[in-house]
Amino acid sequence: MIEKALVGNSNYKKWITFLLVIMGIGAICYVRQFTYGLGLTGMSRDVSWGVYIAQFTFLVGVAAGGVMVALPYYIHNYKVFGKITILGEFLAVSSVCMCLMFIIADLGQPMRALNVLLFPTPNSMLFWDMIVLNGYLFLNILIGWVVLTSERKEVAPPAWIKPFIYLSIPWAISIHTVTAFLYAGLPGRHFWLTAIMAPRFLASAFAAGPALLIIVCMILKRFANFDAGKEAIQKLVTIVAYAALVNMFFLCMEFFTAYYSNIPGHMHTLEYLYFGLHGHNQLVPWMNLSVILPVIGIAMLLTPSLRIKESTMTIGCILIFVGFWLDKGIGLVLGGFVPNPLEEITAYHPTFNEIAITIAVWATGFFILTILYKLALGVHTELHGEDVIT
Amino acid sequence: MDMKRRKFLKIAGLSTIAGIGAPAAFERLLNGEVPTISHASSQSESHSESEKPTGKRYGMLINLKTFREHQGMAEKCVKACHTVHNVPDFQNPKDEIKWIWETPYENAFTSKSHYYKNEEVHNNDALVLCNHCDNPPCVRACPTKATFRRDDGIVAMDYHRCIGCRFCMAACPFGARSFNWRNPRGKDEKSGRYFIDRATYNKEFPTRMRGVVEKCNFCVERLAKGLQPACVEATGHTKALIFGDLNDTNSEIRRTLSSNFTIQRKPEAGTLPSIFYIL
Repeated sequence: MIEKALVGNSNYKKWITFLLVIMGIGAICYVRQFTYGLGLTGMSRDVSWGVYIAQFTFLVGVAAGGVMVALPYYIHNYKVFGKITILGEFLAVSSVCMCLMFIIADLGQPMRALNVLLFPTPNSMLFWDMIVLNGYLFLNILIGWVVLTSERKEVAPPAWIKPFIYLSIPWAISIHTVTAFLYAGLPGRHFWLTAIMAPRFLASAFAAGPALLIIVCMILKRFANFDAGKEAIQKLVTIVAYAALVNMFFLCMEFFTAYYSNIPGHMHTLEYLYFGLHGHNQLVPWMNLSVILPVIGIAMLLTPSLRIKESTMTIGCILIFVGFWLDKGIGLVLGGFVPNPLEEITAYHPTFNEIAITIAVWATGFFILTILYKLALGVHTELHGEDVIT
Repeated sequence: MDMKRRKFLKIAGLSTIAGIGAPAAFERLLNGEVPTISHASSQSESHSESEKPTGKRYGMLINLKTFREHQGMAEKCVKACHTVHNVPDFQNPKDEIKWIWETPYENAFTSKSHYYKNEEVHNNDALVLCNHCDNPPCVRACPTKATFRRDDGIVAMDYHRCIGCRFCMAACPFGARSFNWRNPRGKDEKSGRYFIDRATYNKEFPTRMRGVVEKCNFCVERLAKGLQPACVEATGHTKALIFGDLNDTNSEIRRTLSSNFTIQRKPEAGTLPSIFYIL
């Protein structure tokens, strides 16, 4: 099956080459970081996690978001999602791969990463995160592969895969819950110490994951002659809109608790992120966008005339995706470190090297995604004889 | 017939359980054998109060009054510690590593009221270091047990096991941990200055490598030789720092604690620090 990824038209080759070039640049930057140390990043003893861990957190959400397709299809037999379920699973695979790469990129001693397995420590949330992420990766590769192989052979998927499919659904919830627990259980980090961290993570995941899936489907429709079907896309749009709405609601809850209780520690980070604290306002424009973009996006997706039209609907999804990326892929992780436990404010500016590695990991994720989608669509074409250009 | 009987038995059984259980539950709620008034303090769950302490638990009392009387002594403590432990000096805040340092009162005691300040207390710095918590969040967070709590209460590090994930740094409510962002054994490319001063390099204590976390170890290597921690030694006979076993009622630290009003940093975090302060 893998041979399908080796052939393609010129657009496909250009895209693959483009990704490989970025990956190459990132690899060189990683070698630099590996030999010098994490000092090549903008992180410091006060802001000890940066864009790597922030991307990881956001992408766990994208991975978990795939379940919004799998659940209706497998549990409720919602046939409309039949064509895109495999795409959701493969999106999860590539997202989890990115997550793992970001963690490795963030380790001070990556060669010792297996210490997590050699000295299992159940009281550490990172230990559990390692288990749920790798488990989810395994489940999605297995399910995706078995289902795709059966589709190719034009037989029903074997019965033994069913338990794995059912397991993958709560497992998707678990990856983002455990990732939220990384933050929500730390004393002295007021911004993260919130019981709705996991629910909020899930709400943003169920919006950002399917939103990316819709965007990818629109790209495939344009360049690969693959149509997910109007009904499927419209259903996904509904899911995105309401999940995004719930996420914004949760954000309002955070503001209420902090500002009505008037507890300084709870207000500090929100102040820093959204309004600026003692003149430190480097993240304010980004965080304002992280609210404005999704609000416009949600409004677009909830307006019937704009939702029906593919172009406006896609823009709505992009706004929500970008907004939530700003919120979780920047604000959430960096905000937790400001102010630090001694209430000092330290600015964090990612370096060129760090950004190059970050972009390269994204490129690697899209590379994996492209290859997997090429296989899935290849099988689809083989059966239905549609003219797939890519 | 059978089915009916079975059903009857089921219902009867369930009712019996409910009949026995419900009054008991209501009684507990209404009359209550539980005392109506009790207290929940941030200290009440401590090992030290609920269990009879066994073995040692090292702690330190920092007398800020004495430090105010001996201006410049705190710097000596910092210097002593950082020299003994080969703590590198990168001379920039981004790569900074510190085990013990001076910080303004408001930064050390973030939750204490700052209204109508006592100028003397507020205008002087406080020494801060790892609190060697009885219930350390960093140990809870570490995925490899590279940081661990010893039986004598010291929260220690295994630099060879640390993977550099920095979860402990996020978990510590006191900002006591530092990371080796670059090779501490190296030197500045421009000036050729070694980050660990060659003149004062201590061969007795290992240097660390790039990519691991480090922090105050309560001079565990000196305690093993029967010495006091380096910072305590640097205060001479001033008693500005008193180090000892918190579980020993006759120890100097316990006697001083019981005869003075002392405070701790962030007791509300429930980590049960082993460092006490006299203001």
